[in-house]
Formats: sequence, C-alpha cells, structure tokens
Amino acid sequence: MTTPTLQAGALDALLSPLYWFLDAWSTLLSWVGELTGLGLLQYGFMHRAILVGLCVGIIAPLIGTFLVHRQLALIGDALAHTAFAGVAVGLFLNAVIDLGVSPYLTAVVVAMIAALLIELISETTDAYNDVSMAIVLSTGFALGTTLISINAGGLTVSVDQYLFGNLSTVTSQSAAILLVLFAVVVGVVAVTRNQLLYVTFDETAAEVSGLSVSWYNRIMVMLTALVVVGAMQIMGVILVAAMLVVPVAGAAQISRSFTESLLVSVVLAELAVLLGIAISYYAGATAGGVVVLAAVGIYVLAVVAGKLQTAIGEEATPEMGSIDAGGAAERSPSGGQAPSDDAD
Amino acid sequence: MTDDTVVDLSGVAFGYTATPVVQDISLQIDAGEYVAIVGPNGSGKSTLMQLMLGLLQPDTGTARLFGEPAHEFDDGSRLGYVAQHASASKEMPITVREVVKMGRFPHVGFGRLTESDWDRADRALETVGMTAFADRRVTQLSGGQRQRAFIARALASEADLLVLDEPTVGVDAESVEAFYDLLNALNDQGITILLIEHDLSAVTNHAERVVCLNKEVYFDGPTSEFVDSDALTRAFGRAAGIVGGQE
Repeated sequence: MTTPTLQAGALDALLSPLYWFLDAWSTLLSWVGELTGLGLLQYGFMHRAILVGLCVGIIAPLIGTFLVHRQLALIGDALAHTAFAGVAVGLFLNAVIDLGVSPYLTAVVVAMIAALLIELISETTDAYNDVSMAIVLSTGFALGTTLISINAGGLTVSVDQYLFGNLSTVTSQSAAILLVLFAVVVGVVAVTRNQLLYVTFDETAAEVSGLSVSWYNRIMVMLTALVVVGAMQIMGVILVAAMLVVPVAGAAQISRSFTESLLVSVVLAELAVLLGIAISYYAGATAGGVVVLAAVGIYVLAVVAGKLQTAIGEEATPEMGSIDAGGAAERSPSGGQAPSDDAD
Repeated sequence: MTDDTVVDLSGVAFGYTATPVVQDISLQIDAGEYVAIVGPNGSGKSTLMQLMLGLLQPDTGTARLFGEPAHEFDDGSRLGYVAQHASASKEMPITVREVVKMGRFPHVGFGRLTESDWDRADRALETVGMTAFADRRVTQLSGGQRQRAFIARALASEADLLVLDEPTVGVDAESVEAFYDLLNALNDQGITILLIEHDLSAVTNHAERVVCLNKEVYFDGPTSEFVDSDALTRAFGRAAGIVGGQE
C-alpha cells in the first residue's frame, strides 16, 4: 500500500477525503496484483497512474466528442501548450517566492484564462480561426520556455514530465486534483449535455431555441482546459490533445447515434489507456507516446470495422411515409409506410 | 399591432459595417400567415430573418417577436428554424430521432426528456413520414429526407412560427414538391410559415404573401399581385424574368 507524501497546507486539507479514496484504491489494486501476479500492480505510483489514466479515458473523449464534431479538434493542442505556460508559472513562483503550489493548479488557472481568451477572440472575429489558435498555442509555449530558462538555475524539477508525461511522477496530490477535475467535468457535462449537443449540432437553431450559444462555448473551452491539465500528467503537453481526438474519431466510424459514439469513444479510450500503460511499463517506454500509439492502432481497427460494417450491413432504403400533417395523433394510414428495417 | 402579430418590424435598419445591409424595413406578420421573403443574393434576406428572430439587433428601428423585443424573446419552444442543411456535410454520428428530440430541449431545460417528450418527437416523425428513418444516421439521408427531419424537430418543439432559410438548396426537384406540400399542410394547421427563398417558382406556387427585398422592401403583398407587378425587375435587376421558370 502506498503512503502518500503529504505536504502541509490548505490544499492538502481540502483534498484529504480524496487521499483516503486513493489509499483505498491502492489497497484494492495491490490485492488484485497479488491475486493475478501482475508486476505493474506492486507499485503505489502505478496505482495512481492507472487511476489517472482511467479518469482521463472518460473525460477526454467525453469533451472530445463535442469538440471534434464542431471541427475544434486542435483547440486541445492550443490549450495544452498554454497549460505548459501555467506549469512554468507554478515552477517559477515556487522557485522565486517559495509558494509551494502544485504546478498543475497554476496550469489549470492559466489554461482556463487562455480558453476564455480563445473564445473571446473567436467571438470578436466571428470564427474559431486557426490563426488565433496558432497564436495562443505559440504564446503559451513561448511563455513557458522563457520562464523556465530565466529560472533555470533555481529549478530542480525537470520539465520533461510535463512535456512527455510520466507515470512515476503522479503524486497523490496531483492524482487528487485530477479526481476533482474529473468530478467537475463529468458533473457539468451531465447537467448540460442536451444544450452542448444542440450547440454542437446546429448552432443557429440552438440560439433560436433560446440557448446562449456563447455561454455554452465558453463552458466547452473551459472544460477542455480542465481535461487537458488533467490528462497532461500521464500524456504530456505534446500528446494530450490526441486523447481528445483519436478515440472520438474511431468511435465516429462505427457508431450510428451520438449517444453510442460517446460511449464507444470512452471504451476505445480506456482500452488505449490500459493497453498503453501496460505496454509502457513492461517495455520501459514513455506512457504518453505508447497510449497514443495504442489509440491510433485502435482507430485504424475502427476504420476497418466501420468499412466492413457498411459493406455487410448495407441496408435497404426504406420508403418515406406519407405526410400526415392533418392528423399527427393518428397512425399514418397509407402511402407506403416503410417496412421497419430500422430496428437493428 | 394586434395580439395575433407574430413579427413586427418598424423602421428597421442594420449593417455589419457602416453600409446598411437592410434599411427602412417595416412589416408585420400575423399568426397563420405563409410569407415568403425573396430577393437576389446579398439582398439582406438572411440578415432580415436574423433581425426578426432576435439573433441580431437593429441599428435603428424596432424588431418585436410575439410582442416582445426580438432579442429579449426567450421562449425558444415557440420557434422552429430550418436552414440549408441539405448541403451540409457534417460527419457527426447522430440519428434522425436524436435530431428530432432536440425540439424538446427548450421544454425540459436541464432536465431529462420524459416519455411524453419522446412521444411528441415520434409523432412529429410520423407527421413528416419519416418514422422508418428514425434510427438512421442523418448523414445517410438524402437532402429532402434531411429537411423533413429538421421540420420534424420544429414540430416536436410545437413551434408557432416556422422559419426556413432557403431550405431546398441541394434538394432534388421531386423532394422539393413534397417538402412544399408539407409546409402547406402545416400552414393549414395554423403554423405561421416564414420562408426565405430564391426559388421564385416555389414561392409563387405556395406562399400567400411575398416580401420582395433588396436592401429595402420592393413589394409586400399577396402573391398573385407580386407576379403581376414589376417589383421583381426592380429588385433583381434586368435578369429577373424567371417567375415559374426555375425547377
């Protein structure tokens, strides 16, 4: 069982119930490890990494589904790079004024501000354009590298773990922060799912129906910022956007409905995470890279499965029923109401 | 303005820049009317529609919707909107039933759809003859079928005003006829129809009233009078002798 290295402070006091949960999770996985003889379940850091991975496997495609279908796949990349600036701000403050704050928390704050900035730019220019996205992305990364280089002498922590992700550096505190982000993201999507779907599918109709499209867009980008920071721990800045996009693209190949595509994308992401973590542990490779490669492999399989599905299940086109504007409450009586081949 | 007035524009002007896109527009649309707005490309038809729906605010003049300032109107369930979806190529996996259920979203807010909401959505599908396509992906439908699905969404929301922005662009001729028959039938049921269209034959065959626009209103009256008037030539310029001539 792992013993979390708790730093003193208000944050830890707030997170203490989650530390209890992390301990329980760790006990459970140790027990599973003993039962199955799986070597990777012997270590506390792996228990936390698996938990973080599982959470990311849910929230990344959950948000990614809305982003991808609005053709905003690259926004995750832009926000990840600004989150890196946030990490640099945290490391800088810790080194200069000994603030003792988790760089992931400063990353959350900076990424949220950047998210609102992107949204503001898009609202004033009437479009999410790739130029504004590229500017925000480069600014974030430039700010991060500058802060780190200024303070290079004072930094004892390598930035590699933030750039590429690292299973072994997932602390109890950062795992607990991820659990909070997870709860916020899942909670907000659960409450606003109808609105987010409407805005994603048909922005103008959603606005006509009384929804504040700009508010839902802001919610969407801020949730993206939270997901990006959460996933950064194991995926790294450079690869984090892949988790928002690749499982969703795979699910779109084989799903018929939106609900199905949400569920399938979560399943594909979880597969990629578990496969990636296991392979990276045994092969001694970087987890982020292996997870993404696993996700891409699964995506390719999904494309093939999608093509096969189309080839095999070529459905007969049903005839349209007659228009029945006069008697909506009655069953449509005639006019070639189609044989119901749509029940599958 | 009467209690039956759905749309009321008075002296409306609007421009995205200093140059107005529409100006000096005053018109009223009453409940149960079937009105078509026609005009050449760039004549401000879609802008006028957005002003009517409160998506834009006029620079001068007033726009009212169901008696309230249009941009403050928030009972989305009374409005149905159908755009040029037929030509859109979104690859989003979503079924016809999922699209139609969106019509119920203004009724449930943050809550869940109830059984009666689903019933209402299914009835709307039945009304437009699309029950057999309920579980199909929208991307698999033809342009005409897709537009029927969007009409069903508006019906599911029990809209009093149905606004259609060039709904038959990219739809085959046969489906276009069926589509306009559907609009006629819905209008007969009392739903107010506001159609923005560049296909003049469709307008003259179906709408009761025509508003001919090119920045300003060139004609506003019964369709029969519109056909006999010279408004078309004035609004469209000399290439306009095409009433009844388009497919």
